[in-house]
Amino acid sequence: MNELQFLTWVRGPGLDIAVGIFLLGTVWRLFEIYTLGRGKDLAAPRRAAGASGLHTVFRRSLPPPGMLKRSPVSYIGGYIFHIGLAVIVFLGAPHIMLIANLTGLSWPGLPAQIIGLATVMTMAAMLAMLVDRINKPAKRFLSTFEDWFTWAVTFLPVLTGWMAVQHLLLPYTTMLALHILSVEILLIVLPFTKLFHVFTLFGSRWYNGSANARKGVPV
Amino acid sequence: MQGPLIDTLARQGVSRRTFLKYCATLASMMALPPAAGLAMAEAMAAARRPSVIWLPFQECTGCTESITRSHSPTLEGMIFDMISLDYQETLMAAAGHQAEEALHAAMKANHGKYLLIVDGSIPLGQDGAYSCIGGRSNLEILKEAAQGAAAIIAVGTCAAYGGIPKARPNPTGAVSVSDIVKDKPIVNIPGCPPVPVVMTGVLAHYLTFGSLPDLDDKGRPRAFFGETIHDRCYRRPFYDQGKFAKTFDDKGARRGWCLFELGCKGPVTHNACATAKWNGGTSWPVESGHGCLGCSEPDFWDAGDFYKALSMPAHPPTSVVAAPVAGATAGAAAGFANRAKKNAARKARQPITVADLEK
Amino acid sequence: MSASLDKVSQTLKGVIDAPIASYFESCVHCGLCAEACLFYTETGDPKYTPIHKLEPLRRVYEQEFTLLGRLKKLVGLSRPITDDELDQWQELVYDSCTLCGRCSLVCPVGNDIVYMVRKFREGMAVSGHVPDGIRSATKRTVEIGGPMGLKWPAVANVLRKAGEATGVTIPVDQEGADYLVLLSSMEIVNYPEYIEALARIFNKAGISFTVASDAFEATNAGIQIGSSDLAKVIVSRIVDAAERLKVKYVLSPECGHAYMAIRWEGPNLIGRPFGFEVVHVLELLDELRQKGVLKMKDTFKDPLILHDPCQIVRRGGVLQAPDALIRQVAENYIPIADQQKWNWCCGGGGGASAIHTEEAEALRARVFQIKKRQIEEAGVGTMVTFCANCRIVMEEGLDHYEMNTKLLGLTELLAEHLED
Repeated sequence: MNELQFLTWVRGPGLDIAVGIFLLGTVWRLFEIYTLGRGKDLAAPRRAAGASGLHTVFRRSLPPPGMLKRSPVSYIGGYIFHIGLAVIVFLGAPHIMLIANLTGLSWPGLPAQIIGLATVMTMAAMLAMLVDRINKPAKRFLSTFEDWFTWAVTFLPVLTGWMAVQHLLLPYTTMLALHILSVEILLIVLPFTKLFHVFTLFGSRWYNGSANARKGVPV
Repeated sequence: MQGPLIDTLARQGVSRRTFLKYCATLASMMALPPAAGLAMAEAMAAARRPSVIWLPFQECTGCTESITRSHSPTLEGMIFDMISLDYQETLMAAAGHQAEEALHAAMKANHGKYLLIVDGSIPLGQDGAYSCIGGRSNLEILKEAAQGAAAIIAVGTCAAYGGIPKARPNPTGAVSVSDIVKDKPIVNIPGCPPVPVVMTGVLAHYLTFGSLPDLDDKGRPRAFFGETIHDRCYRRPFYDQGKFAKTFDDKGARRGWCLFELGCKGPVTHNACATAKWNGGTSWPVESGHGCLGCSEPDFWDAGDFYKALSMPAHPPTSVVAAPVAGATAGAAAGFANRAKKNAARKARQPITVADLEK
Repeated sequence: MSASLDKVSQTLKGVIDAPIASYFESCVHCGLCAEACLFYTETGDPKYTPIHKLEPLRRVYEQEFTLLGRLKKLVGLSRPITDDELDQWQELVYDSCTLCGRCSLVCPVGNDIVYMVRKFREGMAVSGHVPDGIRSATKRTVEIGGPMGLKWPAVANVLRKAGEATGVTIPVDQEGADYLVLLSSMEIVNYPEYIEALARIFNKAGISFTVASDAFEATNAGIQIGSSDLAKVIVSRIVDAAERLKVKYVLSPECGHAYMAIRWEGPNLIGRPFGFEVVHVLELLDELRQKGVLKMKDTFKDPLILHDPCQIVRRGGVLQAPDALIRQVAENYIPIADQQKWNWCCGGGGGASAIHTEEAEALRARVFQIKKRQIEEAGVGTMVTFCANCRIVMEEGLDHYEMNTKLLGLTELLAEHLED
């Protein structure tokens, strides 16, 4: 297989496989997790939970008092790389082109230079977080193979995408194919690792928020 | 036409010198050593005319047009003068039973020696009823003709890979020659239509050396299909600089920038267009401002939108409906199993007493 | 698998639910829960990272309820839980987790970690992987009636004395009273002032109340050890008494876990909603304050800070009352940084204070440093709280560090300054 056949494969059969596994795995896992159900809370609520679950979904995105100081890299790095990924994926012109292609929806993107900057910042933040994972005792203690693996799987699409655009190291075609392949690996891995938090995060925050709201505590 | 080819050519105003030059070019295109050009010229000039049978199946006659309908007589066209084209429906004067008789006579006379050229795909649906000649299906004809052939040349993408008839949903069940014939040497000369010089080049090689040229993994002569359109494209520098035309009438398009983002399939297409060009070297698709369609690659018709950049998905992911449905089914089954397990555990559990608190 | 491990697995399978599954799937190992846990911040030992305390539970979840986990189990790639492991985890689940719930508040993906620890304790309890101190407290509560082994005659004696001191007879087993008053053994033994204060306040407000001779104990060691079955036995006494005496309200004492057990866990333990309301004493006092019944004759002058007990405030939802009440009585109340739902635990909640091994006590003393810092940074000589358990644990901590900070109960403080 030459580099061009490689590209043809990743944008055709490879993409089919990756998207298929991603969708299958995601729907499966969501069922598997949320069909376990939970008991009804019989205690009289202090107040109705209402939209508290939703409030927590948003509130938890802010650092609690004092925590920023205790783990600055987690928060600042976390913000930069999560927002960075969102900016690259949703505001990068080639990605908007891709989304338009798949869904017909389109919106204006950011100039390539800004996306390039966001990419570099995202990679820097991810590297800082990797160093933090090695340095911070609690993080290092919790880390398993999965943590290093998922870091790499998330980092590679950013790196290869950036290298493809900058025409670094390998011919564009190969880099582009590697970029698409790395995204496909990410898609395949996502439902079965901690990366699945992109979905369950909302459920978790919701559960925590609504259960505690019944007690009258905004969490 | 009788006599050696060189005389025929001379009668048509082609000098020996021109013919030699042509052979040298052909040899160089096929990456043969310079001396091969002379050998080729000599061999062809003196060639005994081998019998060639040309079978048309599910095709549009574009391949034949490509070779014969040039605006002025070309050497490519004349090369055909050096073979004994014993059967070619489009070109032959005979028709009906007469034509079929000619075919069988040629096959019988030259059994084991004739060269079989096929254009068009072979439909397998409805027992081959989609395409019949003289009441016999293409499949039957091909099998019979292949038996006595020395080698087969599958001309055009249809014969080589199934081509447009095979495009989804492939209503006729079209397949390529190599899907049917497994025991004969086959050369694929894909293209929709194929570049004329490639066809004559392969013929020349066969006539000169009595063998088929070196082939790639898709059965194509490496000499003509070894590189991609993109590799040899004159717009390649713009690609390397990241200069892309975004529409067919923007500034980039007018300046001749790379057509990658407009869906050019050059980077994944192996063919000789960029070097051989078309219409006697006048131009070729990319030069005229349109991206390559990738017509010499298998299943090019289904390889995604012609106007979609190669960095885009070739086609909408096929699994977007099936995968979530399968996931939901499997997930629901897992959910049921989990709940059953959980309930069973709860039911089986004995309430604990203070005595249980001891280990 | 031993019989006891079978029981663990069976129990845990029964308690794992969608929130727990969602929580485990969401964890990204960011370690921020550690930064919220005083056992980590004060020791720096990563084994005290809250989510790590749940590792055996996570594995049971993975092995029993996820496809990949089941596959891994099938081909022998997953490690089943072992007795040794649970032995090792006992310290993490009991000694070094006070169920304070601060981790549940900071987890960026929203995991309610303490909810899971509470459930994990079900499995630990069923197989006897529990500290002796909590085990014997639970046994005493189930068999005798209270964690300290108090029997009714002794309680009746304390109530009689309180009646004499205040001039208010404390009614016992009186049907039709508005409030059934619950007490915690710690208050009966260590802080009888609380009972006196309550008697005076009820009397002044003209509210009828009663104590039940067969359900005076509010605390529920069953909750702390993590056994729903035993917790149900204990809480049923209160429910039965409240229904027999036809009270409108059951008044939870200051004690944090007592409030949690009766207010939030109670109905779920007995499997039906209560026909009466459970009110925390501070909620009642705040209501009286708003009605103007709770008038002060004077105020407390010394500068003081407030320690918010986790189970009443962060996990219990009594958020505003303590602040309003302390402002009513204290002239120099100094709010501190980590207050209300952000407070730091005393270090002995969740049953931890009942563990009297050398290591557990040393650990409690160590983590008390965080309270010590809070007191020192505020520069005050007085700290007020409203949980008998917090109070005892912090008294020990103050002793350990030879601090002469005065610890007061909020209800008592109010009673002391109540208009005659």
